[in-house]
Amino acid sequence: MLNTYEFPEFDYVQSPEQTAGEVVRHPVVVVGAGPIGLTAALDFAARGLKVVVLDDNNTVSVGSRAVCYAKRPLEIWDRLGVAKPMLDKGIEWKLGRVFMRDQEVYEFDLLPEDGHKIPAFINLQQYYLEEYMVEACEKNPLIDLRWKHKVVSLKQGANYVDLAVETPDGIFHMEADWLLACDGANSDVRRMVGAEFTGQFFQDRFLIADIVMKADFPTERWFWFDPDFHRGQSALLHKQSDDVWRLDFQLGWDSDPEIEKRPENIIPRVKAMIGEDVDFELEWASVYQFACRRVDNFRHGRVLFAGDAAHQVSPFGARGANTGVQDIDNLSWKLAAVINGDAPEALIDTYHDERAFAADDNILNSTRSTDFITPKNGASRLYRDAVLALSRQFDFARPLVNSGRLSSPTPYVESPLNTADADAWEGAMVPGTCAADAPVVEDGQPGWLLEHLGEGFTLLVSGLAVKPVEAGTFTPTVLEIGTHVEDVEGKIAERYDLRDGAVYLIRPDQHVAARWRSFDPDKIRAAIAHATGGDLK
Amino acid sequence: MSLILSPNIENPDAFYQELTEAQRDLTDAEANAMNARLVLILANQVGSLEDLRDAIELAGATAA
Repeated sequence: MLNTYEFPEFDYVQSPEQTAGEVVRHPVVVVGAGPIGLTAALDFAARGLKVVVLDDNNTVSVGSRAVCYAKRPLEIWDRLGVAKPMLDKGIEWKLGRVFMRDQEVYEFDLLPEDGHKIPAFINLQQYYLEEYMVEACEKNPLIDLRWKHKVVSLKQGANYVDLAVETPDGIFHMEADWLLACDGANSDVRRMVGAEFTGQFFQDRFLIADIVMKADFPTERWFWFDPDFHRGQSALLHKQSDDVWRLDFQLGWDSDPEIEKRPENIIPRVKAMIGEDVDFELEWASVYQFACRRVDNFRHGRVLFAGDAAHQVSPFGARGANTGVQDIDNLSWKLAAVINGDAPEALIDTYHDERAFAADDNILNSTRSTDFITPKNGASRLYRDAVLALSRQFDFARPLVNSGRLSSPTPYVESPLNTADADAWEGAMVPGTCAADAPVVEDGQPGWLLEHLGEGFTLLVSGLAVKPVEAGTFTPTVLEIGTHVEDVEGKIAERYDLRDGAVYLIRPDQHVAARWRSFDPDKIRAAIAHATGGDLK
Repeated sequence: MSLILSPNIENPDAFYQELTEAQRDLTDAEANAMNARLVLILANQVGSLEDLRDAIELAGATAA
């Protein structure tokens, strides 16, 4: 039991379909009510889909687990209306420091520019995050959260999935047009489908401990290589809310997880790190080993994978839950378009194209960090130690120090949904990129660009009044800079290179689909058709 | 490949002597650690990823 948090217990309710003994076909069933499954429920409902969520447990995550939430997932949760309690409760941070022994060798600022609604990162215990999303789900009439529902077997039909689900009242069957597996790295659904989940395992162990203490360490990510308090290994210190601090100690492959988990062995390590005189209480601890793996395909027939069920990374870089939330951002509008009959089923395949690309990018970054922290062999250890030795004296070696490259969105630069640029542009907003936020003013009231993007497609235009572009259910809303909102600080012009007459087509998930230097309704319609799978086979 | 593979070191004998002299009194472990630092210092001097990649490939492919 934690000192700072009381776990809620959610009620198991027998579903009417189990009571009646009839098999009901649902449009979407989500397996797993963790951060990704709950985000999926909220996003699917936001797009008008009825969704059933099955979870084999009846509470939130035990232990703080995921800690760091990045700007982009928070923007997604803001779109879904659940970011506020997270931002209120979470601890904002953006600075990271890396030490070699007791000397600082590297520092990074994750959001060096201002003019964004959402901070670079917040730290928040996973149970709070889940609790806030469960509350939002319970208020949503489109979401049916079912606790103590465990999927025990699964069979794919031609256009649906048949599920056997075990509850305290026994086993019953239900059907789903689409099943989304958000059941974590050890996904049962993935095993039942027979999907491959391969990659690299790292031969190292890490002790993760949460402690409660009143301390005046700054709200920054501190990472040590070979610290005096834990020689030969690495360590990490990070603040969460309620005066809970996350500590992370590298233990080495030879360590015994059962022995290391014992409080009498954890406490001396903690004291060595924070000082003998600092009062603290041990809240939660766990010993982990890491792997970087990805599912072979994010879609297997009518079964889709998201979050850790689809990809697993080491925690250095906070790329797990953060990328999982972006899976949902990508999937939800596509699934709604396909279920509503507005787009061909092939649009769902682009979920794999775009998110497997992002997963591979995350795995690459995460693998590089882990290889630096846990060198593969004697030669890589020599280079790692050489980098650290040089970095104490020389600037040139500091960018090589890798204690985790923190999560940022992967632009879908190779996406089949992009329309390639035909004009010359400055800046980062190439097709496939997540739209940058910027401050705006509407009717004298300050706000943010992302808040003004539509639920569907948006045409972002500057300096001209455009006629509506008819594209059926994908007809974009028009956001004219200078008419609907003012670009008061010039950040939109700067970040988007949005000069007079320019037009951006932005997808429902706030990614750039296409852009032009002049307004041409035919080109816009073609780009919308292209971005919605209209010309996919 | 833009690597210089024709002789380019100013005074080959002097360079070679200084390199080996610098490691004469080192253990193998110390020399290996120094060589790793040396590679990183020289890599920063080169800078170009393409050149570094070519050099890594060349070193790996050369028969011992």
